Amino acid sequence: MAAGAEADPMPRAGRDAYRAARRKEAMRSLAFALPLLVFLVAVFLYPIGALLLRSVQSEDVAAALPRVSAGLAAWSGAALPPSPVFEALAADIAAAQERGTLVSAARRLNTYEPGFRSLILKTARRLPDPAAGPVAPAFVAIDPRWGETETWHFIQRASARITPDYLLAAIDLRAGPRGLSELPPDQRIYQAAFARTFLISGTVTLLCLILGYPVAYLLATLPPRQSNRLMIFVIVPFWTSLLVRTTAWYVLLQPNGVVNALLAQAGLTREPLALMFNRTGVLVGMTHVLLPFMILANYAVMRGISPSYQRAAVSLGAHPAIAFLRVYVPQTLPGIGTGTFLVFVLAIGYYITPALLGGGGDEMISQLIAFQMDRQLNWGLAGALSVYLVLLTLAVYFVFNHFVGVDRLRLG
Amino acid sequence: MQSTTLTERVGRRVLRLVSAAVLVFLVAPVLIVIPLSFNESAYFSYPMSGFSTRWYAALVSSEEWRLAVVNSFIIGLASTAIATVLGTAAAMGISRPSFPLRGFIMPLLISPMIIPIVVVAVSLYLVFAPLGLTSSHAGVILAHAALGTPFVVITVTATLMAFNWNLVRAAASLGAPPLVTFRRVTLPLIAPGVATGAVFAFATSFDEVIVILFIGGAEQKTIPRQMWSGIRDQINPSILAMAALLTVFAITLFLVIDWLHGRAAPAADTRG
Amino acid sequence: MTAGRTASRVAALLAAGCALLAVPAAAQEKTLNIVDYGGAFEAAADKAWFKPFAAAQGVKIATEQYDGGVAKLRAMVQAGNTTWDLIDLETNDAITACDEGLLQKLNPALLGDPSDFIKGAVLPCAVSSMIWSTVFAYDASKMQTKPTTIADFFDTQTFPGKRGLRKSPKVSLEWALMADGVPAGEIYKVLATDAGLKRALAKLSTIKDRIVWWEAGSQPPQLLADGAVAMTMAYNGRIYDAQKKENKPFAIVWDGQIYDYEWWGIPAGAKDKDLAENFIKYASAKDNIWKLSNFIAYASPRKSSVELMNKDVLPDMPTAPNNFKNGLQINAEFWADHYDSINSRFMTWLGQ
Repeated sequence: MAAGAEADPMPRAGRDAYRAARRKEAMRSLAFALPLLVFLVAVFLYPIGALLLRSVQSEDVAAALPRVSAGLAAWSGAALPPSPVFEALAADIAAAQERGTLVSAARRLNTYEPGFRSLILKTARRLPDPAAGPVAPAFVAIDPRWGETETWHFIQRASARITPDYLLAAIDLRAGPRGLSELPPDQRIYQAAFARTFLISGTVTLLCLILGYPVAYLLATLPPRQSNRLMIFVIVPFWTSLLVRTTAWYVLLQPNGVVNALLAQAGLTREPLALMFNRTGVLVGMTHVLLPFMILANYAVMRGISPSYQRAAVSLGAHPAIAFLRVYVPQTLPGIGTGTFLVFVLAIGYYITPALLGGGGDEMISQLIAFQMDRQLNWGLAGALSVYLVLLTLAVYFVFNHFVGVDRLRLG
Repeated sequence: MQSTTLTERVGRRVLRLVSAAVLVFLVAPVLIVIPLSFNESAYFSYPMSGFSTRWYAALVSSEEWRLAVVNSFIIGLASTAIATVLGTAAAMGISRPSFPLRGFIMPLLISPMIIPIVVVAVSLYLVFAPLGLTSSHAGVILAHAALGTPFVVITVTATLMAFNWNLVRAAASLGAPPLVTFRRVTLPLIAPGVATGAVFAFATSFDEVIVILFIGGAEQKTIPRQMWSGIRDQINPSILAMAALLTVFAITLFLVIDWLHGRAAPAADTRG
Repeated sequence: MTAGRTASRVAALLAAGCALLAVPAAAQEKTLNIVDYGGAFEAAADKAWFKPFAAAQGVKIATEQYDGGVAKLRAMVQAGNTTWDLIDLETNDAITACDEGLLQKLNPALLGDPSDFIKGAVLPCAVSSMIWSTVFAYDASKMQTKPTTIADFFDTQTFPGKRGLRKSPKVSLEWALMADGVPAGEIYKVLATDAGLKRALAKLSTIKDRIVWWEAGSQPPQLLADGAVAMTMAYNGRIYDAQKKENKPFAIVWDGQIYDYEWWGIPAGAKDKDLAENFIKYASAKDNIWKLSNFIAYASPRKSSVELMNKDVLPDMPTAPNNFKNGLQINAEFWADHYDSINSRFMTWLGQ
């Protein structure tokens, strides 16, 4: 199959022919990967792109209230909009209600100011008739908010088809008439959630490294027969379903669970400790699930390290601990890098374990994304949070690829 | 062997103790599910209130669980087949030295493994729902196939690193058509990598719950989806019985892979 | 070993897998896709309605569970791919979904005589299936002093231990205001103001670090059973189920109970509207609607079926006179209007 290009009989103008052959060969290799690339673009990358794009799209208001949007395009915002805009609003609301697009516009406006949805729906129920006299006072009579410039300012902002607002909201910022500002402290939530996600993932990674490195070292330095036998302790949890393991911890960590019972029997505690529905539960569960990745990644590297360097250092008079730290550990850096990368990247996307073992203050970004979709159906905010989470993931990937190299990813 | 110093011996002993503790931490929770699944209580309570096989009986008699098992295998095998074929082909391209744009394409192929799964699930809902692919087996299979491909790509690429392309050239120069060359020369040499990748792809699908939560419907419930229900929507200790069975399944899987790799391989070979 | 052997073993495994699948699939029947709150409610509804209906009609019933809210329904309808045929809803969700066109208008002819339903139990898009209540419960074997009022729920001095609450502003905020001394009749007036909302959240903040949040109705009995909480908010039927079926020493405090109707609605774009309508007709019929009370302590909204209800369950019903002294009907219109905005405030408060 790959031979065709090479078997090209007589290369005439040497360099050109060589280049052509190279290109042909490159295309041929690419052709093998093409079906997968096309498949992934269709069922994976395109959907993700679509979600991420949602973070800047804002079509609902422009689609539902086209005349108002056009009328507000040139509005300065200093005073109330002129009366044609009010008339356009009456016409747009009526038309949008007919088409069934009013609710999504109302919900879009509600992302700026809670209460906007009911304002729009209330207005729609008592829509003023333009034939019956001036419309603007009629709107204000329905609700005084129609007489406030801020209301119109929000409609103008929501009419833009491309909006930075979701991306701002996802980091607790807001664009007002006077530029960017942070939300008041009692409304901030996402900065802390990103920090928490980072903290939990970092802690889990560190725990995995501390617990996993010695095990990997032992397994790599034991005689094959013994290490093979011990390996089952790593592989079986690794192959056991995530849900099984999380369920197991759910049962173990309960106030009257096995762990608390053992602690009480040993006389270590008098009251049951709170081990779940809090940070402890999340850290224990996640560390347990991710630890095998760390062990296997380090083991794969350590097995290829000859003990002779370390022995040489010792025989030259180095303290064994120094020899281990200065000679052995540096050789294992690729394993540490791969394990750290895998654990950290998997951890920042965790959902199931924190959802089942965590409490109110342990929500990770994945849970908030799910909440925005599942409970609020706010695609824009779900998309914006996803943008930051994906960027964070990619940053970790590129750091890993730069320092260790993706080719080192092995699975066991 | 040189004589070991006291420090080394003490160090070694500490290492063994620490490792033993960590290994117990890894395995104990998985194994403890087995006795707990015989608890008589309708709640996940401890100490056990009595020995009973009522949750196994509930498991066996439940139409929902039967459906979940069947679904898990249908979805797992179908998505594994897609992932294995596409992933193996791609790996055969990537592992050639002539492969262009490696630094750009490789991250794309690996991305299903590293993009946070909730982002994937929400995205798939957004795009699949208007196409009628939500609450359908097809949608879940496509999604799981995508999630499984990186594992096949990685394991097969690793096998091919040591592959001698001259063998293929030799076969071709002897007049073998490409497909025959693949079947008779390449495939046998990379089979262990393909098999390992396939097992990983299957395990990925078999264990996946978040994508199913978002895009699956009542008729796509798999074992993990049913377990999620059992721990959250309707506390039901049948899931402990299922968990115990899955643990036994995992141990069996380990032994099977060990068998696939053959006893000839010295240590448990964790490479693809 | 040789690669060839590996390949043949893989093939053998795959063949074995396929053989497993060759189990004959059940003949294709019509399926009614129902989404409900799961747990003991689903188990009871299954016995009272789902199984008999499926048997009578020769159809299959597939269920999914959810924890309320209309977001998923909205997503389906917007995508033009509704995969649910029938939904079990709380009142404010039924109102919101109907307003937004997410539910189909209900044909009143399905209900027989609509005036046979108690006041407010028929909406343009939905019909009530039962009356249930949110109460709080504790494990009597673990409590020395018995809590009796809603204020006791917030009194962690006299009643130490964790508290379970539903991860939703509904009922939690009402209770916070009740415990803070707001009379039942003024709860919603106070809650509608910014100061009232702050007051409710401030009251909740006094026990915030002791709260274990739950989402699905089957979680609170589990939380009580494993001792994770000393008291928990719960749906009365779930506690009843634990008391009767599993002999759990749980006790319900009815003071401050907030009761609500539960609804059946048919989503816009449902694939099998006729079957869903058939089901509503069946389950709402005078002779069937009360049967739920055989399995769980939820009351029938049909006047003529009240005397048919299981007499043993009556004292455990939210509507029993003894339980009803300080009860409040949830103000569904209030929540239909304010749920989104209050919920985002609530979630922010929760995340801080």
